[in-house]
Amino acid sequence: MNGVHDMGGMQGYGPVIVEENEPLFHHAWEPRALAIVLAMGATGKWNIDWSRSVRESLPPALYLSIDYYQIWIEALERLLLQAGLVEPQEIHADKALVPPVEGVRKLLKENVVATLNKGGPTERVTESTAKFSLGQQIRTRKMNPATHTRLPHYCRDKLGVITAIHGAHVYPDTNALRQGEQPQWLYTVSFDAHELWGADTTASSVRVDCWEPYLMAVA
Amino acid sequence: MANASDNKSTHDHHSHDHGDSHDHHDHHGHSHDHHSHDHNSHDHNSHDHQHDHAGSELSEIELRVRALESLLIDKGYVDPAALDALIETYETKVGPRNGVRVVAKAWSDPAYKKWLLEDATAAIASLGYSGRQGEHMVVVANTPEEHNMVVCTLCSCYPWPVLGLPPAWYKSAPYRSRCVIDPRGVLKDFGVELLSETKITVWDSTAEIRYLVLPMRPEGTEGWSEEALSELITRNSMIGCDIARTPAQLAAANGACL
Repeated sequence: MNGVHDMGGMQGYGPVIVEENEPLFHHAWEPRALAIVLAMGATGKWNIDWSRSVRESLPPALYLSIDYYQIWIEALERLLLQAGLVEPQEIHADKALVPPVEGVRKLLKENVVATLNKGGPTERVTESTAKFSLGQQIRTRKMNPATHTRLPHYCRDKLGVITAIHGAHVYPDTNALRQGEQPQWLYTVSFDAHELWGADTTASSVRVDCWEPYLMAVA
Repeated sequence: MANASDNKSTHDHHSHDHGDSHDHHDHHGHSHDHHSHDHNSHDHNSHDHQHDHAGSELSEIELRVRALESLLIDKGYVDPAALDALIETYETKVGPRNGVRVVAKAWSDPAYKKWLLEDATAAIASLGYSGRQGEHMVVVANTPEEHNMVVCTLCSCYPWPVLGLPPAWYKSAPYRSRCVIDPRGVLKDFGVELLSETKITVWDSTAEIRYLVLPMRPEGTEGWSEEALSELITRNSMIGCDIARTPAQLAAANGACL
């Protein structure tokens, strides 16, 4: 989706504001927000691509005006509704108004450390072979899907070189739509910064992780 | 990012519906007018009793998060003790100290450094760091010729097991937008100026591969223990927004603390 979340190369946001001795959290609600988002993520009722898709689908002006944990909360409310775990009238109530969905896998305290240490690896076994090889030149696709994708706007339809092959990984473009993991080969592609930006850059190269469907062979 | 003194009172809420009502993280200072707490057209009247009129009134977002937490506990979807354990993990166990240990070991042990650059996930896991948002790790080494920086232009992907939770600036629009086009300008915002002949490579973490920068070991540290070297490694140097401190900078910093 060509949204405001796709920020690479955008101009006018001003300097990076670095806070001296920045605290881990700025407000008391932030750790609570972090914890409920992580705990609900652990229920497996949605996947990370679905949740990213919901975050980047927030109204653009809203997305740009709030902090990241607020984006998480906005998205959590929407995910809870989309997944059917809560009803709209419950969102701003502080108690259940209808019975819960049965069989939700609850993250228990004793499983927190093990769950975090395990994480959610995305590499999958595949019987397909990688279409591209190390050092091969490719061109990224010219594409503008209205749905979730992880190929940033600034590196579409650009020439690049494969610099790493990471195996087959869950494909966000389908996983976000609940169309399954459909693992695809994942590559790191190196772009010469001038290919991306012309002369208006101080980078030498930009490396982007790209799934195979994002790439085309160059004749 | 967000002002530490919550700017909840800078906005009157009466034109908002619940989907759009927030305290914004702008930087317009502290001109809060405390008379504008008009909650009559949104749906938080039931929480008014929670307001502490001694001056720490709860913000809109605080109320929303509280309501959600209460709802999810009441529904039986979350374990309150698990919430506390999650927070405690990132407050006390998982943070940049983990990454510092990885870097200090790589500086001290050539075999470990080789392993780290070939299979970072395994080399980092051997020190006990793995899992969420660090499932697939790659370490990129700075050299005199090439400086590496890490960003996530699409969201805020960050290697949690080795660096903890990302700082506000990493998640901010200025960093996410500018890093891939003008990394040298971004470095200036951090007070870092590299030699003009040093090439800058920017890694945009678009997939589930997470990147850690291995900064260059400063000169004049021959024979230093891992523990001593750790003092030179900053969190930002492992993102590529800083370089490791020199022994002289460390001495000056320590002197300033005395």
